[in-house]
Amino acid sequence: MIDKKELEKIKKERINWEKNCYDSLIKNKPEQKEKFENLSSNEIKKLYTPEDISNIDYLKDIGFPGKYPFLRGVHATMYRGRLWTMRQFAGFGSAEETNKRYKYLLDHGETGLSVAFDYPTLYGYDTDHPLSRGEFGKCGVAVSSLKDMEILFSDIPIDKVTTSMTINGPAAIVWAFYIANAENRGISKDIIGGTIQNDILKEYIAQKSYIFPPEPSMRLIVDTFEYGSKHVPRWNTISISGYHIREAGSTAVQELAFTLGDGVEYVKWALERGLDIDKFAPRLSFFFNSHNDFFEEIAKYRAARRIWAKEMKKLGAKKPRSMLMRFHTQTAGCSLTAQQPEINIVRVALQGLAAVLGGTQSLHTNSMDEALALPSEKAVRIALRTQQIIAEESGVTNTVDPLGGSYFIEWLTDEMEEQTYKYWDRVEKLGGVLPAIEKGFYQREIAQASYKYQKEIDEKIRTVVGVNEYKLDEEPDIPILKMDEKGEERQIKRLENLRKNRNNQKVERNLEKLKKAAEGDENMMPYILDCVHSYATLGETCQILRNVFGEYEEPVIY
Amino acid sequence: MNRKIRVLVAKPGLDGHDRGAKVVARALRDAGMEVIYTGLHQTADMIVEAAIQEDVDVVGLSLLSGAHMTLFVDVAVLLKKKGMDDVLIIGGGIIPDEDVPKLKKEGISAVFGPGTPCEDIVSYIKKNVK
Repeated sequence: MIDKKELEKIKKERINWEKNCYDSLIKNKPEQKEKFENLSSNEIKKLYTPEDISNIDYLKDIGFPGKYPFLRGVHATMYRGRLWTMRQFAGFGSAEETNKRYKYLLDHGETGLSVAFDYPTLYGYDTDHPLSRGEFGKCGVAVSSLKDMEILFSDIPIDKVTTSMTINGPAAIVWAFYIANAENRGISKDIIGGTIQNDILKEYIAQKSYIFPPEPSMRLIVDTFEYGSKHVPRWNTISISGYHIREAGSTAVQELAFTLGDGVEYVKWALERGLDIDKFAPRLSFFFNSHNDFFEEIAKYRAARRIWAKEMKKLGAKKPRSMLMRFHTQTAGCSLTAQQPEINIVRVALQGLAAVLGGTQSLHTNSMDEALALPSEKAVRIALRTQQIIAEESGVTNTVDPLGGSYFIEWLTDEMEEQTYKYWDRVEKLGGVLPAIEKGFYQREIAQASYKYQKEIDEKIRTVVGVNEYKLDEEPDIPILKMDEKGEERQIKRLENLRKNRNNQKVERNLEKLKKAAEGDENMMPYILDCVHSYATLGETCQILRNVFGEYEEPVIY
Repeated sequence: MNRKIRVLVAKPGLDGHDRGAKVVARALRDAGMEVIYTGLHQTADMIVEAAIQEDVDVVGLSLLSGAHMTLFVDVAVLLKKKGMDDVLIIGGGIIPDEDVPKLKKEGISAVFGPGTPCEDIVSYIKKNVK
């Protein structure tokens, strides 16, 4: 905290400066806008000084990296010790095609894998299910059974490379595919590392690939926490995600508030089960968006770490490891333009830089062509090179939290924290996270924010380069990824063969046991593992749970 | 004719990206149209049934998963089969340029990609509704 006398002096000088310097300047030449706002529509002042952060106690509120409240970073050395993991989200077509892409990415310096699944997989349907029509491999790779998982990771050292899997509704089953594949390859569960997204709350709120109603979904998630902390200790059993909330149109503050609120909700459910917070909390991880407003994003990450540390302490965590928030970042897909796609490279570079200055643990940089289709090989290579330039050439990795202490950044960090707590109060008044979902609170907040943003673009209150300003008469053509058209046929054939050649009696027995477990209150993970080991498919296993738990239907709000 | 233009905004298939569909639904409503939004995860049958029940003039399809060549076409074919030839069908989402002529041939009159101002969609509907 700054000395009172000193503060008075600064205030006096600031008022002087405003009167003698600033006011006379804008009298002659007004500023470009009457009001300057960031992307969340918060007003930003012309200048920040020690006055704006005079209430901050450095040791208590900011502190040191690797120490509570972790505002400046989760490690003492940050990128001086080890760079972030460069992890490009990838998946398309068949397991064979995606396996090739993973090898290509690893060959070009990627340091972790990240699986995008197609829609049928995300909803727990096999490729040959009627609702899978037209969707095979379109938005990611199709994985209908352990067989597909074996192909997806063939010749990839899963004992060394960590893998993140964006899967939620059927996360426990797909995770079981991964574990079973490792076991079959003679790699022990204790050494495989990675993440399953497994965050169902944000599915109801934003991404909408839910299957079961909230209560059984939460039970499944806590099952994975419990199983993971005992048997797969290097696995992050959840990635509590703001990314999709933001992509659905929220502001940065909403992303922060809703995501951390979800995080606290998961912890409460696990505590209710009787799990030891210091056993499961170290494996909770987070996932944020990095959008266009550079400083707002940086402040968001910093605020997120401090809020999480404080809340975990309140919830009874004792180990520092349980209080530190590790997170992955992906640049904002929704900020990319279909117009002049090459300029997306520049957007991504700025967004990636914000994530690094905010202290991310891993990063996906989007490819320039993602407003048109899934990324081509060239586009994804440039995206990866973008992070490599940030890491190797820009010099931003030389010191920890280089923006710490900036009057503006520290003020904005505090401001976003305060707004987060205000949102939490509103959710609390609605009865908590689940009632707020059922009442459509989040969905309405997000829909309003996204409509407002679109209107501001339509009315040119906000500029989007290449879209409402600086347009070209003729848009450039860029090559689009082509997929193997035979992939779907091959996949369906593979499923047919699998169902013919496996021990079907064993499959039936295992599915029956899973049904019993689901009807009772045992941890379902061991039963799911038995099912997938006997080559029960994703659809078959999920159908058992659908029968027991039912399916969720959302309230429609726009 | 004083009847308001009636629009069904629909999300076919499993795709959960609904930001665009909701923004467009609201913009059309603000432009004075009667808007019915189906919600997510609709089959072609469900969409066509809703179009008939609600007696709409326009069906707007939104899809970002890449399955548009199958699912948009399914809806167009089924609408025709049910005698709804006079319904204006439009689409939006992540749709590569080269697919647009093929979709038009199948009866999807216009495709609006990312970055389209809502006003363009409103004026297109007003001009082309049958």
